[in-house]
Amino acid sequence: MEILLQQLINGLVQGSIYALVALGYTMVYGIMGLINFAHGEVVMIGTLVTISVAGLLLKLGLPVALAGGAGLLAAVAVCMALGWGLERIAYRPLRNAPRLTPLITAIGMSIVLQNVAMLVWGRNYLTFPAIAPKAQFEFAGASFTAVQVMIVLVSALTMAGLLVLIYRTRLGMAMRATSQNPQVASLMGVNVNRVIAAAFVIGSALGAVAGVMVGSYYEIAHYQMGFMLGLKAFTAAVLGGIGNLAGAMAGGVLLGIIEALGAGYIGDLTGGFLGSHYQDIFAFIVLIGVLMFRPSGLFGEKTGDRA
Amino acid sequence: MAKWLNPRSALGLALIAAVLVALPFVAALGGQAWVRIVNFAILYVFLALGLNIVVGFAGLLDLGYIAFYAVGAYVYALLASPHFGLHLPFWAILPIGAVLACGFGVALGSPTLKLRGDYLAIVTLGFGEIIRIFLNNLNAPVNITNGAQGVTLIDPIAVGGFKFSAASQIFGLTVSGPQKYYFFLVALALLVIVINLRLQHSRIGRAWQAIREDEIAAKAIGINTRNIKLLAFAMGASFGGIAGGIFSAMQGFVSPESFSLIESVMVLAMVVLGGMGHIPGVILGAVLLTVLPEVLRYGVGPIQQVVFGKVLVDPESLRMLIFGLALVLVMRWKPAGLWPSPERRRELAETRAEKL
Amino acid sequence: MAEVLLRAAGVGKHFGGVKALRDVSLTIGLGEVYGLIGPNGAGKTTFFNCLTGLYVPDGGAFDFAGRPLKADAPHQAAERGIARTFQNIRLFGNMSAVENVMVGRHVRTGAGVFGAMFRDARTRAEEAAIRRRAAELLHYVGIADRADDLAKNLSYGDQRRLEIARALATEPQLLCLDEPAAGMNATETEELRLLIEGIRRDGTTILLIEHDVKLVMGLCDRVAVLDYGEKICEDVPAVVQKDSRVIEAYLGGSVA
Repeated sequence: MEILLQQLINGLVQGSIYALVALGYTMVYGIMGLINFAHGEVVMIGTLVTISVAGLLLKLGLPVALAGGAGLLAAVAVCMALGWGLERIAYRPLRNAPRLTPLITAIGMSIVLQNVAMLVWGRNYLTFPAIAPKAQFEFAGASFTAVQVMIVLVSALTMAGLLVLIYRTRLGMAMRATSQNPQVASLMGVNVNRVIAAAFVIGSALGAVAGVMVGSYYEIAHYQMGFMLGLKAFTAAVLGGIGNLAGAMAGGVLLGIIEALGAGYIGDLTGGFLGSHYQDIFAFIVLIGVLMFRPSGLFGEKTGDRA
Repeated sequence: MAKWLNPRSALGLALIAAVLVALPFVAALGGQAWVRIVNFAILYVFLALGLNIVVGFAGLLDLGYIAFYAVGAYVYALLASPHFGLHLPFWAILPIGAVLACGFGVALGSPTLKLRGDYLAIVTLGFGEIIRIFLNNLNAPVNITNGAQGVTLIDPIAVGGFKFSAASQIFGLTVSGPQKYYFFLVALALLVIVINLRLQHSRIGRAWQAIREDEIAAKAIGINTRNIKLLAFAMGASFGGIAGGIFSAMQGFVSPESFSLIESVMVLAMVVLGGMGHIPGVILGAVLLTVLPEVLRYGVGPIQQVVFGKVLVDPESLRMLIFGLALVLVMRWKPAGLWPSPERRRELAETRAEKL
Repeated sequence: MAEVLLRAAGVGKHFGGVKALRDVSLTIGLGEVYGLIGPNGAGKTTFFNCLTGLYVPDGGAFDFAGRPLKADAPHQAAERGIARTFQNIRLFGNMSAVENVMVGRHVRTGAGVFGAMFRDARTRAEEAAIRRRAAELLHYVGIADRADDLAKNLSYGDQRRLEIARALATEPQLLCLDEPAAGMNATETEELRLLIEGIRRDGTTILLIEHDVKLVMGLCDRVAVLDYGEKICEDVPAVVQKDSRVIEAYLGGSVA
C-alpha cells in the first residue's frame, strides 16, 4: 500500500512535468496542425540556461531564492525568444508547403538546437544548482520532498494561469477561434500570424518552467535530455487528444502515473521476466492501446468522415 | 519496355552503368573507408525506397521505420553468429528477416492504420522505441539479444567459399570485401528501383495514389483502403527487414544503438528531402544524406585548420549542426524536395498561387 | 413493376438530436430511373451515404439484388454493384482523367503486388484491358479528348462526366447520381440528360438526386420525395407533381 502511494506521488510529479511540456505541443498543433519536434529542445535549453544563470548568481553569493528566481526568469525569457524565432524563421515560410515539409524542418531545428547546446554547454552532464528547498516529508508511509511539492504546485498554478489566458482574454479568444478555422478567424479581424506566434511563445514559456522543474527534480542536465522528454510529452498530448488543453494536462498526469506504476509493478506482473528498465515502453504501449479504441485520444473530438 | 530505348537513352544507360562499375574503384583511391561510405549510401537508397512505398506512394507517415530494419538486422545476427552457434546461409536468412519484419508490420498496421496521419506517426514512432528498448534489455533473464553490447562476429555474406568479407582476385583484378558488397548492393538497389517503378504504375499503385488524393472517393469506388494501406506498410517493412540483414552482414556487428529514432528520422528525411514519391528524388536524398555528413566529418576539422590555424569547434557537433541547418534550408527553399516529380511541383505552385 | 433491385426498409439515421432520416422505405426496380427529391437538408445525401456504406444507419436495412447489404463497408457496396458520384465532385485531382477511370476498374480486377512486380502475362493482359475499358468509358461520356489532362484541370461539366465514367468503370447495377446537374447551364443539362438516358438504355438502374425539377420529371420513371428525413410521397412524376404535401414541402405551408 505504501508502495502504491509512493508510486502515485512520483507519477503525479513526473506527470505534472509532462503536462507542462505537452501543453506546448498541443497548443501549436491545435492552431496550425504541426508537430513541433523541436519543443523538447526548447525545454532542454530552459534547463541549461537556468543552470548557467542561477549557478553564476549563486557563485556571486546571492541568496538561493533570488538566484533561483532569476534563473527561472532568464529561462522563460530565452525560451520565449527561441519559440518566437523558431516560428518566425523556420515555420512561417512553410505555411502552404506540403504537410511533411514543416515536420522535416522541425526535425532539422531539433538537431540544430541540440548541437548548439552541445557547443555552448559541452558534452558532459551538468549539475543543476540547488535552488529548491531540501526538506523531506512523510505521509502514510510514503515520503516526498519539497521539490516534488513545488513541482506539482508550480505546474498547477502555471496551468491555471494558461486556462485564464485562453478562456478569459481577447488573445485567448483569438487563439481558440484560429484553432477552429484560421481563414474565418482572419476574416473576423484576428491577426493569425500574431496568434500563431503567441502559441509558440506561450508554449515555450511553459516549456521553460518545465525545464526548471525537470532540472531541480533530477539535479542533472544534458544537451540530449530534451528528446525523450519531448517524445513522452507529445505522447501525453496525443493520449489526451491533441489540440485539447485539458486533454494535454490530463494526459500528462495520467502518463506519469502509468509509468510510475508500470515501473513499480512490471516485475511482479511478468513474474520477474521484465524489469523496471522497461519503464519507457509503457508510454507507447498505453498510447497504442488507447488509440486503438479511441482514435482521437481520451478527450479528443470525434472527427468523422463526411461525404 | 523496348520503346524508350532510343539511342539517346541507351547512351545514358550505358553511361550510368559505366559510372556504377567504376565507382568502387575510384572511391578506393581515397581508401576502403570511402567504399564503405558508398556502400552505406546504396543501402540507404534501398531503405529509403522501401519507406517511399509507405510514405510516398500510400501517404502514410511512418516514424518508426527503422524498427523493421532492426528486426531484419537482429534476425540475421542471431541466425548467423556464434551467439546461438547458428550459421545459416544469407539466402535463407534474408527472406526470414523479410517475412518476420513483414509480420511485425502487419501486426502494427492492422489495428492502427485507420488512425489520422499524425497519430499514425506517433504510434509508429512509439513502436520503434518499443523495439529498441526490447533489443536493449532482452539479455536477461534469458539472453536473446545480448543487450546493449549487441551481437558480434556476425557471418559475412558468402556464396560457397566465396566470402564477401575478404579481398580476392577476379580476372586478375583485386576486388576488396567492401567492393564485393558494393556490387551486391547495387544489384539489390536496381531490383528495388524496378519494383518501385512497376508498383507505381500498377493497379495497386493507382489505388495508393487514389487513397492519397481522396480516401472517401477511393472507398466509394470499391477500394478496400485498409487492406491496400496495410499492403504498403507490409511491403515497406519487408524491404526494411532485408536491408537490416545486409547491414548486419556488412558490419559484422549490431547493437541497439544503430536503431534509434534519429535513424528513422534520417530515412524519412531522405524521402522527403529528395522528393516524396519520386524515385530519382528519393535516390538523390538517400545519397546526399549519407555522403554529406561523411564529407563534413572529414572536411570540417581540416578546413578549420587551414582557415584558423587550429580546430576551434568540435567537428562532430559542427557536422550535425550543418546537417540540421541543411535540412531546414532545403525545406525552406524547396518545400517539395530537391527533385520532386513534375506533378508535385505543379501542385505546390498552384496552392501557392491560390493563397496569394 | 419489374424485378426489384434495391429495397430499403425502415432506414433511419440521426446526428446527435437531428433526425436526418426517419424510417425511410422504398424499392427500386431493375432498369428504372428512380428520382429522389426534396428541399435542401431533407436527407437525400444522407440516404446515399447510408446506402453506399459511408454512414452506418441507426435502423433499418438494405436488400440489394436479393441479398442484404452490409452497412458499414463502402468498398463492399461497390463490390456488390452500387456506384455513386458526389454532390461536390470528388475526383482524384492530380491523376489524369484516364487514370481516374482506371482506378474505377480496381474492384473488378485482381492484379496484386506480385503481379505488379513480375508483370506476368496475365497482369499485362489485365492492365491492357483496364486501359482499353477506361478509354472506352471516356469516349462513352464524351471526354475522350481530355484523357491525359489532370482531373482538376477539366471544366466543371467534364468533371461531372468524368465522375460518372469512373463510377461506370466499377460495372454497377445501380448508379447513384448526387445532383449531377448542379451548376450546369441548359445545354450541359440537356447533354447530361442524354447521357443518363443512354446509361439506362444500356441496362444500368439509376438512382438520381436532383434539384432540377424539369430534368427529374423528364427522366424518372418514379420519384420519391423526402422532407425532414421522411418520405412523404412516392409515385410517377405526373402524380408527384400534383401532390399537395410535396407542393407544401417545396413552397412552405402558408403559400399552399
